[in-house]
Amino acid sequence: MTLVYAGVCSHAPGITGRAELADPVDHDALRAAFDAMRHRIEASRAEALIVVAAEHFANFFMNNMPAFAIGMADSYEGPIEDPDWLGIKRRTVTGCRALSERIITSVMETHDVAYAEEWRFDHGISVPLHFLTPRYDLPIIPVNVNCQGPPLTPLHRARSFGEALRRAADAVPERIALIGTGGISHWPATPDSGRINEAWDRDFLNHWTRNDRDALVDYTDQEVYTNAGQGGFEIRTFVAVSGAAAGSTGTVHFYRPIPIFAVGCTVADYDLCDGASEPPNSTEAR
Amino acid sequence: MTLYAVQKFLYEINRDCEVQAMYTSDRSAALAGYDLDDEEHAALTDPDIGKLYVLGVNGQILMHFAAFHRIEWNDYLQRMRDGVQEYGPVRAGVYTLNEDHPRKEGS
Repeated sequence: MTLVYAGVCSHAPGITGRAELADPVDHDALRAAFDAMRHRIEASRAEALIVVAAEHFANFFMNNMPAFAIGMADSYEGPIEDPDWLGIKRRTVTGCRALSERIITSVMETHDVAYAEEWRFDHGISVPLHFLTPRYDLPIIPVNVNCQGPPLTPLHRARSFGEALRRAADAVPERIALIGTGGISHWPATPDSGRINEAWDRDFLNHWTRNDRDALVDYTDQEVYTNAGQGGFEIRTFVAVSGAAAGSTGTVHFYRPIPIFAVGCTVADYDLCDGASEPPNSTEAR
Repeated sequence: MTLYAVQKFLYEINRDCEVQAMYTSDRSAALAGYDLDDEEHAALTDPDIGKLYVLGVNGQILMHFAAFHRIEWNDYLQRMRDGVQEYGPVRAGVYTLNEDHPRKEGS
């Protein structure tokens, strides 16, 4: 069929785990933005949801860290964190091994991908699903881009990986939705937790909505670390989605710094009908 | 420095109930298979969250170890700040990346 939805959102564990500590106005506004995103995904009549997340040492560690990994199972478990700490009950989440295998096989034509028949979701996937698929009735294909353990996946590779996901989605008969989850600037789980560089975030989101490939892959890790913290490395998930939506422009539906959630909370997506009729052709991956 | 071994243990305890049970019953026994120096061993058995942060443990790993010990979120953040005050700056790992790029701080 084709890619029918492409968007991004935040996944900070505080969104569910420390919800009661936030200003109710902020919390309710973010919840409404997630609800609206869910409605757009439902309206796309997606039959599966690919979640490109920044995994946080729940499944992958520096003993064998893949630049890219895709889940290939009929079910997954999550959250791996203490459910009381995260505020999300542990459960089994439906996947689709056969569809994953077809997606992986396609992506492997251009990118070396680790596949995983076991995957325990952490907050990077569990928090978005809590809001976007609350009935857990949409098969999930988890994807990880290494945003945590340097050397990190280069941004231009994240972009071309997104292009490969698009080609894969366009090649299968199912209707595929895609989301990237992560922070923009943030310093999570450090003494600087709660610090947010709003100006930097808005610059980045401007590049993202215009789908300016050159600007999006021009950041260096040093620049990101200085201005956006180690949490800023998670822009790889946003950049991957931009690659999948190459040729389309996007809309930021919600952006608000919420320090108790430790991130500028974001909900945004691309209008896939505004120029992305031609699937992106990678210029780098081959 | 064997930051890798410190983080490997924390990775294992964060995701494995059997490691959690072993650590709960006998902390030193749980650490037996890891190549740790005395400072690292003590930080993991106390536990000393501030020292672990200064040793370079990634917060995405450390915060779950703190939660395992029922350390409340703001207390966890303060323990890291106190650790820097007591032991000095972070010595290794991702938080020692050079910040020499020009800053573009938002409001």
